[in-house]
Amino acid sequence: MGSNMAENHPVGFQWVMEARERGAKIIHIDPRFTRTSAMATKWVGIRAGSDIAFLGGVVNYILQNDLYFEEYVKHYTNAPVIIDEAYIDTEDADGLFSGWDPEQGQYDVTTWSYEGMETHGAAGQREEGFSTKGEQSGHGGHGGGLQHGEPPSEDPELTHPRCVFQILKRHYQRYTPEWVSETCGVSVEDFLYVCEALTQNSGREKTSAFCYAVGWTQHTVGVQYIRTAAIIQQLLGNIGRPGGGIMALRGHASIQGSTDIPTLYNILPGYLPMPHTEKYGGFDNFVEANVAPTGWWGNFKHYWVSLMCAYFGPHASAENDWLFEHLPRIDQDNSAYWSLEQMLEGKVKGYVLAGENPAVGNANGKAHRLGFAQLDWLVVRDLVEIESASWWYDSPEIETGELKTEEIKTEVFFLPAAAHTEKDGSFTNTQRLLQWHWQATEPKDDCRSELWFYFHLGKRLKSLLKESKQERDVLMQRLNWDYPVHAQIEEPSAEAVLKEIGGYKAQTREPLSSYKELKDDGTTACGCWIYCGCYQDGINQPARKKPHWEQDYVAAEWAWAWPANRRLLYNRASADRDGNPWSERKKYVHWNGEKWEGIDTPDFDETKPPDYVPPDGAAGPDAIAGYHPFIMQSDGRSWLFVPQGLEDGPLPTHYEPHESPFDSTLYSQRANPRRQQHKDAEWDPYNPLEGEPGHELFPHVFTTYRLTEHHTAGGMTRSVPYLAELQPAMFCEVSPELAAEVGLEDGGWATIYTTRSAIEARVLVTNRIPPLTVQGRTVHQIGLPYHWGQRLLTSGDSANDLMHAALDPNVHIMETKAATCGIRPGRRPRGKALTEFVESLRAQTAKTRVEPAETKKTVPS
Amino acid sequence: MSTLTEPTGSPAGYEAWGDAKHERMGFFTDTSVCIGCKACEVACKEWNLIPADGQEFLGRSYDNTGELGSETWRHVAFIEQEKPLHTNGDGATGLRWLMESDVCKHCSHAACLDVCPTGSLFRTEYGTVVVQQDICNGCGYCVPACPFGVLEKRHIASTENMGHKPDLPAFLGKKEDGRVWKCTLCYDRLKGGHEPACSHACPTKSIQFGPLDELRERADKRLDKLQHDGWNGAQLYLRDPDDGIGGAGAFFLLLDDPEVYGLPPDPVVATAKLPEMWMNMATAAAVLAVGIVGSFLFGRE
Repeated sequence: MGSNMAENHPVGFQWVMEARERGAKIIHIDPRFTRTSAMATKWVGIRAGSDIAFLGGVVNYILQNDLYFEEYVKHYTNAPVIIDEAYIDTEDADGLFSGWDPEQGQYDVTTWSYEGMETHGAAGQREEGFSTKGEQSGHGGHGGGLQHGEPPSEDPELTHPRCVFQILKRHYQRYTPEWVSETCGVSVEDFLYVCEALTQNSGREKTSAFCYAVGWTQHTVGVQYIRTAAIIQQLLGNIGRPGGGIMALRGHASIQGSTDIPTLYNILPGYLPMPHTEKYGGFDNFVEANVAPTGWWGNFKHYWVSLMCAYFGPHASAENDWLFEHLPRIDQDNSAYWSLEQMLEGKVKGYVLAGENPAVGNANGKAHRLGFAQLDWLVVRDLVEIESASWWYDSPEIETGELKTEEIKTEVFFLPAAAHTEKDGSFTNTQRLLQWHWQATEPKDDCRSELWFYFHLGKRLKSLLKESKQERDVLMQRLNWDYPVHAQIEEPSAEAVLKEIGGYKAQTREPLSSYKELKDDGTTACGCWIYCGCYQDGINQPARKKPHWEQDYVAAEWAWAWPANRRLLYNRASADRDGNPWSERKKYVHWNGEKWEGIDTPDFDETKPPDYVPPDGAAGPDAIAGYHPFIMQSDGRSWLFVPQGLEDGPLPTHYEPHESPFDSTLYSQRANPRRQQHKDAEWDPYNPLEGEPGHELFPHVFTTYRLTEHHTAGGMTRSVPYLAELQPAMFCEVSPELAAEVGLEDGGWATIYTTRSAIEARVLVTNRIPPLTVQGRTVHQIGLPYHWGQRLLTSGDSANDLMHAALDPNVHIMETKAATCGIRPGRRPRGKALTEFVESLRAQTAKTRVEPAETKKTVPS
Repeated sequence: MSTLTEPTGSPAGYEAWGDAKHERMGFFTDTSVCIGCKACEVACKEWNLIPADGQEFLGRSYDNTGELGSETWRHVAFIEQEKPLHTNGDGATGLRWLMESDVCKHCSHAACLDVCPTGSLFRTEYGTVVVQQDICNGCGYCVPACPFGVLEKRHIASTENMGHKPDLPAFLGKKEDGRVWKCTLCYDRLKGGHEPACSHACPTKSIQFGPLDELRERADKRLDKLQHDGWNGAQLYLRDPDDGIGGAGAFFLLLDDPEVYGLPPDPVVATAKLPEMWMNMATAAAVLAVGIVGSFLFGRE
């Protein structure tokens, strides 16, 4: 679900085929019948944007039919925990949770907490008002109040009306098979097929897995989509067990690595938080605000200090608080779309794009190109001159006259980049696996790797700032920057960087073996605590390539996974409360009387017995009981109900996408109240909803996606003749019914439009994207691959030009998987006629978008 | 020349001897695990330095390549059907999408080989059929001889050959290359002890390379399993050494009749009737000769 694995991860998909050959059922739930569906046992066609309804229905099915894995749920999840009596569920507040502040447009989460416990700053928790929680939040999250590792208020029998289990039951009780059918457009039969398959294939003897990707994340409720799957998997006892879990399909261009060693604004390596501008009152208070009293985030300071030692060497010390006061700060949501807003307002001087093509790949492409035109300078590093480097002379806005080349003041620098085959390095992908790759050939001419670029840039900046007396230059001066270089172009050693990331003893440079060895006194340095040990014993662990036929199925000697080469997280959950495997068939790790052992590194204190009860006042990992496998959570349990860490609710609720032809039939709160919108922003208009003027102009649902033949925004593939010829034109996928209704010709042209823009595409009529019956009427869905831009060997219009920039509030991701549009036959208007056409659409809609429910509503107390 | 009058033996038996002798190698393409990724098309082009075909949106499902030809030696076909994948009704979806990587069949009785006047086409020690560009004169006899339409004369100029030598057509000032190009079953890679580029690239092992005997056995077992599991329409194509081309060196497991994939259902080597035709012609000539002689002997008046 939320993914198209055969198309987008074809090599990884071979293992799904293996599983199928061994009798596994492969179920693909997707708005389109894709190349993955072709290999599946069953395809279920779903309305784009209704996944929480479907998954919530599965939760309801499990609970109503008592099909949950009782022992697992009772002992390993927070099902028995009783929630604060001030908590009000969406069922009682017409789609909002308690704590909603209509003025601020956000939640005060105090009423979501465990009864008897105060909400306490966790790693990444923000104080007062602004929220950029992101990846690192929600860890721990409960301060004092745990008694012997347990929250003060629980009902082990799961019957108390305010225990998580009962709250869950009530929350999803209206997600009946019939309601799922009318909301998602799936038949009751198909829905029950999935429920039965999942429940019959879970338990002691069997496990089921979910695989998802951006089909789930790219929604204004993206994080909650994944949460619903997490609830299902917890109820079925599938987490921490072989063949179970929820696999995020990540790996293209090391995207997992890009959050581990982050290119995100709000986190530092290993998901440590970027400090905020507000005055903590010293480094110790900062640590206090972020350390979790229990669990492995209890060693927050060790990870932090070791990182500072890696960055600054001996310049960072306890005396200067590890240079804490000099660190740059964030002051709010400084994410990509916020940056765009700043650009459009002329507040951004310069921008560096490395291996990214926002002019094609980001939502609301036109806004990005207009934003670039406001910069003083733009640096683009890429393999070929992409649209984000050439917009100043060939973007659609040049054609329409909205931009004029001679009037654009932006200075654009295009620097050619080296490909992955032209440098040493690693990819970190799905399942947290670091895989090293060796340079195969030298880069040509001026092409340089990212490592070369940033290293030499840093060197030059250090040299320029050497004599500076400005306080803001202190860090640059103190930066530990001596990596060995080789070859004529002075390429820095990637292995030297890996060694630093893997951690070492500061004095001896001896590599460390695990994050447990990290200290908070400056004697250890580590570039990323979760990667600590990847250079264990002085060996490049990610470079290990022992083939799988020479190992067991865990294959621990192929490459290296974080943390500590543990392949399955929370694997203590593969054994029962007493430490015995749930079954012989699904044996993974178990307690042998003296320690935990198995075919993978146990994700638990090796010598902690299963019946260990934490004493009074225990802290850090010692505060986790021997029968609670979820060691990163402060109470050691998996969270069915999330008391803190999320912006939009402790439980996932079906909300309609930001743009949808439908209203919610559950609540008058139609869409995620907490979603980020750029309301009334000229550059981000929204299509009207039902009841608003102009609504009939955009009756269809559209979704964007990738094809196997091309990669994301197309820079790498539209420039290669062998790939360009495989998919040589931008096209849309429509059903024969829609084609007949609108007059579209197979192989002909269509114009697709929203209040943002209009694009053209060739028409591919196919049965694979059928119309659905939702809330008693027919809705058509249109499929749009998003690879195309105005240049390179195969060019065309960009699907993302249609897209709005409303975002998920937790991670600020755009909703490119479900929105509304109109379609008509023929090519689109060109030049000025395009802007006139889009204007004429907007003129038929209201000037402002009002959704009364979330602006005026308060929650009864 | 393969034998026209004898039953199929191992073709390689005639082409190599002594140390050069090798068991017959081939492809088994199992379309039940093909995910339509086209890695085979790209790997083939990269290894063999085949020019790009030109970009045209064909709109035939996801197939923009169209067919095998001088610039396409692996072609993935996509067929959308309103049929279930399995007949046993286990949650059957009413749609299925067939995907198949097509290739030169390297026939046991290869008509292209039979009709080639220059000896450009030859049978290698691996039992494969290969065309030699430095001998091919572009006569095109092989093109209609192939029952599958695999062979094609290259119409683009040699300078687009991406470095292929020899470049005789360019030397002679010709605008078109004019020679025939086709799958060599990566003859050069086999000589180096490697498997062909396409089978190497295939992520799901849809394309399997190996000794033909072994592949045929494997295919039989695979068909058994699929039929047992209720796969709708699973069948082997060109596996049988007694069929019209003597069985193929590259044979397939299809999920529907060959016609659905654009393949001839019962191909027969074009030269199969050649002995008979020559016989008939000899008879006709003899009769004619008798008639002419007779007309002289008996026709004087």
